[in-house]
Amino acid sequence: MWELIQQNRRKSLVLFFLMGCCLVLLGYLLGASYIGPNGGMVSVSLALIIWLVLSLISFFAGDSIVLGISGAQEITPDIHPQLFNVVEEMKIAASLPAMPKVYIIDSAAPNAFATGRKPETCAIAVTAGLLARLNRDELQGVVAHETSHIVNRDVLFMTFAGIMLGSIVLISEVFLRGLWYSGGSSRRYRSSSDRGGGQGAAIIAIVAIIFAILAPILAQLLYFAISRRREYLADASAVRLTRYPEGLASALAKIADSDEQLPRANKVTAPLYIVNPLKREGEKLSDWTSTHPPISERIKILRGMAQGAGYLDYQQSFSTVTGSATLIPASGLKDTAAVPVRIASSESATKPSEKSLKRGVGDLVRAMNGFLFLTCACGLKIKIPPDFKQSSLPCPRCQRELQVPTAELATIAAGIQVASGKLPTDPIAAASTEATYVRKGVGWESFECACGKNLQLSPAFRGSKIVCNSCGKATTIVSGETK
Amino acid sequence: MAVLLVLLGIIVLIVIWLVGMYNSLVGLRNQVKNAWAQIDVQLKRRHDLIPNLVETAKGYMQHERGTLESVTNARSKAMGADSVGDKAKAEGELSGAISRFMLVVENYPDLKANQNFLALQEELTSTENKIAFSRQAYNDQVLFYNNKIQMFPSSIIAGMFNFQQSDFFELEDKGDREAPKVDFSQK
Repeated sequence: MWELIQQNRRKSLVLFFLMGCCLVLLGYLLGASYIGPNGGMVSVSLALIIWLVLSLISFFAGDSIVLGISGAQEITPDIHPQLFNVVEEMKIAASLPAMPKVYIIDSAAPNAFATGRKPETCAIAVTAGLLARLNRDELQGVVAHETSHIVNRDVLFMTFAGIMLGSIVLISEVFLRGLWYSGGSSRRYRSSSDRGGGQGAAIIAIVAIIFAILAPILAQLLYFAISRRREYLADASAVRLTRYPEGLASALAKIADSDEQLPRANKVTAPLYIVNPLKREGEKLSDWTSTHPPISERIKILRGMAQGAGYLDYQQSFSTVTGSATLIPASGLKDTAAVPVRIASSESATKPSEKSLKRGVGDLVRAMNGFLFLTCACGLKIKIPPDFKQSSLPCPRCQRELQVPTAELATIAAGIQVASGKLPTDPIAAASTEATYVRKGVGWESFECACGKNLQLSPAFRGSKIVCNSCGKATTIVSGETK
Repeated sequence: MAVLLVLLGIIVLIVIWLVGMYNSLVGLRNQVKNAWAQIDVQLKRRHDLIPNLVETAKGYMQHERGTLESVTNARSKAMGADSVGDKAKAEGELSGAISRFMLVVENYPDLKANQNFLALQEELTSTENKIAFSRQAYNDQVLFYNNKIQMFPSSIIAGMFNFQQSDFFELEDKGDREAPKVDFSQK
């Protein structure tokens, strides 16, 4: 396992080095064609400085940027105990030095990613849609895949490779655009260099243009090659961790089945996810311009692992399915004892209905937003938003009076207010708990709104609703005589 | 003079290499110890869970005193075990008792609907998994450490400083190798 990571690191470093060469060569050629023969070194150092600055930013702030872009929210164990348990199980199996932070993304599209530049400070994020769809074994497979990315240091590596790709694209873009808009100045330069044997300079200029067009494409292909390889390897390690290939396979099948899109993923964060979040209808994912291997192929490899759950088994299945060469170097395969596959946990047999699935997602998101859940004796689950003010409410089904734990709500609401400055409101819950006031007569009357403000009713009031001007809550006015 | 300096350089390099090798072996040995401690942590967790489980189930399972008692007895026996061999045996028995208990639970739909019990069930499944995974991680570490001790050139250092091979965590009964099959499906 350790040799495997070493080998993997070495091979990836070669690809990384090639991309670095692309960057340096690009910088040199551009400098040479713009400034002259001595400008090469200047622009190489400029290119390297751009790359260094971008790398430093991503190294120190990358995690929070990625988590922020995806809209992930950190959760505590009581919001989803099972997810926490599964992450801890994988932490133990992979011997991670610290428990990863657990995040949930408020989205119905099933997906997951891991981030963190070293195993000590890593985080795993999954979407609410994933949690609702998968059973325990499948969730374990997905979390194991993400844990493998952390153990294999893929996150760090992919971030740096991505930054290098970004630098190459940026530099060549600037050069090509500059060429387009300042055609006159470059012509002037060329004519001035004609005096001192400009033949060479002209050739350099042409080579530079060609390279500026080719370099981003080359770098992108290299980047995709690294990314796909890493996905396969993470699958192999995930199976070795869980000893259960079917878990990950059926999780991938379920993820492939859904046609929901993850709106907050983009080209930069896409390689981090377990499956490509940007897949489009009818797109063939097997070509070499994709960050992820095709899901169907990944599933086929996993299901082809008949004998065991070791790297050797994955390697064998990999070569039968893809028909191509080795994924895992021989030194990673030697002296690994046979790895038996474990049995499924029997929870896998049950299938939740579509309705309970959707309800699961909704409740999870509400729990993340500080909602409390009251269970009535009749079995109905009532969701209480954190800004709920009444101390009791009638059950909508059986009319039993239920006590609201107001103190608990208040602490939650205060916590949210500190964190985000505003309280989340649930329109459904607000509508169902709308207050009513029954008029006693026709004279002046006053009553208290849910927020505690005193509201006055004049004898001339004929409306059916009154809106409190301090909390904005509407109270229905029922005239007393009709009852 | 030059020859002397070269010789000195080589000796320094060898010493650096030896120290590095020795340190990596010590690091590996500590990792093995740490992995062993992890198993203990998870076993302790299971011991702590059982009283809660029995307490919750008691009210619903008046006619299953025997099953509940066998779980409690297996727990106290496992807690009292000292040697590695005794421990493995007692923990195996505890796993068996728990899985028998979970089979009996199937006959009590009221208990299965209890929120408290459901939470305990999830904790128990997870703890069983964590025990299995910590055992797996320990054995992986031991395999790597033992390989390092036996293979050239690190075997020289291992022999010089008396690094002992570690034992794998094997269960006596092959049936115990898997975590007890616990049926949580709600039929």
